[in-house]
Amino acid sequence: MPEVEDTSPPLLELRDLRKSYGDKIKTEVLHGINLSFGSGEFTAIIGPSGSGKSTLLNQIGLLDRPTSGSVLVQGKKTEDLSEEELTTLRGRTLGFIFQFHHLISALTVTENVLMPLWLSGLRDREVAEKAAKEALAHVGLEEKAHVRADELSGGQQQRVAIARALIHHPAIILADEPTGNLDSKTADSVFSLMRRFNAELGTTFLIVTHDPRMAERCDRVIRIEDGVVASDSWRPKGG
Amino acid sequence: MDLAWFLALKFLKEYRAQSLLTISAVAVGVSVMIFLSALISGLQGSLIRQTLGSQAHITVQPAEEVARPQLEGPGLMRRIEQPEQRFLSIEGWQSTSNRLRRDPGVVEVAAGVSGNASALRGSAERPVIVYGFDPDEFNRVIDVRSRVVAGRHEPSGSEVLIGVELARDLGIGVGDQVRLRTQTASETLVTVAGLFDLGSQQVNQRWAILSLRGAQSLLALPGGANIFFIRVHKIFDAEKIAQRMEAQTGLLVDSWMKTNQQLLVALKSQSSSSYTIQFFVFLAVAMGIASVLVVSVVQRTREIGILRAMGIKRSTIFMLFVMQGAVIGLSGSIVGAFMGSGLASMFARIAKAPDGSPTFPVDLTPNLFLAAAGAATITGMLAAALPARRAARLDPVEAIRHA
Repeated sequence: MPEVEDTSPPLLELRDLRKSYGDKIKTEVLHGINLSFGSGEFTAIIGPSGSGKSTLLNQIGLLDRPTSGSVLVQGKKTEDLSEEELTTLRGRTLGFIFQFHHLISALTVTENVLMPLWLSGLRDREVAEKAAKEALAHVGLEEKAHVRADELSGGQQQRVAIARALIHHPAIILADEPTGNLDSKTADSVFSLMRRFNAELGTTFLIVTHDPRMAERCDRVIRIEDGVVASDSWRPKGG
Repeated sequence: MDLAWFLALKFLKEYRAQSLLTISAVAVGVSVMIFLSALISGLQGSLIRQTLGSQAHITVQPAEEVARPQLEGPGLMRRIEQPEQRFLSIEGWQSTSNRLRRDPGVVEVAAGVSGNASALRGSAERPVIVYGFDPDEFNRVIDVRSRVVAGRHEPSGSEVLIGVELARDLGIGVGDQVRLRTQTASETLVTVAGLFDLGSQQVNQRWAILSLRGAQSLLALPGGANIFFIRVHKIFDAEKIAQRMEAQTGLLVDSWMKTNQQLLVALKSQSSSSYTIQFFVFLAVAMGIASVLVVSVVQRTREIGILRAMGIKRSTIFMLFVMQGAVIGLSGSIVGAFMGSGLASMFARIAKAPDGSPTFPVDLTPNLFLAAAGAATITGMLAAALPARRAARLDPVEAIRHA
């Protein structure tokens, strides 16, 4: 594939990405996906269940390796990276928000939020505490800083998960059904929070969702059907 | 590394009951180990002390005399008779004793004379072994001085130290006179200077300790020495040193280990049965730790997945579980050390001889605690290795989806 030299590489690019499962009978779930994501995008990935959107998210999230094709992060191919290099790259570049919030229940809210910073090697207590305070202030949970994570409500836990995903200022945040588990009012506030961070920090968001109302409020909507990109449309800002 | 520690402790704290139960299991195992070891090493120590209280670590005597046939060759009928053993001094004993003293394993060499005699008093007659040594050298090899129960501990020219049993048999005490007669009918009249109790009935019945000169003249070995008593630094090196000495000097050298072989065999089999028990106890402990951690890996599958997604390394996940094993092992061993030593001292207090002295001396040394703590920690880490490997190998995608 010819390289375009005159522009800087996109933040994240998928080239002819294929993924199949099974040893004897191979089932291809993704049939050659080509997509690229730029800085500051706010994108929804939609599609019926079984369409392959979760598989796609795992590929983008560097959690799983493709059967063929490449995932490029800031122009760099990732398929030749070792397990450890991939883990480090994942920790630095990506933030995750999952449907079932996935906080570490043994830790306090602050400790959960700080985990990505610790994993990136930060040991300065003061810097860490300050960052955690700020992140929790952003999601409006300062007063819960020292409560154990499993003592929060679902919406609160998801807000902590957002603070955790943001604290190390990753370039991209991947959210898998971030509001799927919440009532509509809480879902709304969680969504607004993500939009705000997108606007304020310029963080790229990729949101896998079932919810058409949520998709409507994103800047770009990619529809996956049967393992291919069925549509990829942009919405005018503010529209 | 510190992150692995942090998470290991947090994880253990979260399921507190589960952790405490596992730690208790380790504690029980460690207390069994401490109790058994303390008991057995105490028992063995006291048996050995008792045995060596009245015995030199190494005894050197003149070589046996052997017949040297004058004629050899075919067509000769011959019968070699064992010659009678003459009662002789060790040739050049001063230089030999000095040479033996230079052996790095040796603490002290006491050179002296010994021979059989009878002790007579009125119509009573008892067989005795007469010893004569330089008192300082002798006491550094066999501590008689501190075990004199009556009278003085150093016999002068015409005095004797005898055991309490012999004194009872002859009906004599300190200050009384007793006649000693050798097989060659040489006789001397000596005064009892003191009585000793070396803890062995045989010794208390048969030993008669004279001054060196007194014994030399009684046994007709003036200026001579026909026995060396040797003390070594490490009692279990005695046999090795004895063999070395025999090769060097050509004399008859015996170690306590050779003369007490049965005791040693008994001690050894006692030790090995105790090790066997300890091994199986630790095996059970290890399986307990491993099974709890296997369950814990399953419980935490999703958390491991999310940590992996956030960029935690496989090696950190591995360490995090190995450290849980180490913490369980170490804290269990600390609790177990207290339990075990409590148990051992309680046992020592309960099991008493009729005279009130403890029958089972327990030997609680710092080394024992260190060994127990080390063994438990390593057991914990080894037991954790398998579950830890499983946790480290979890596929993040699968793990996150885990219900």
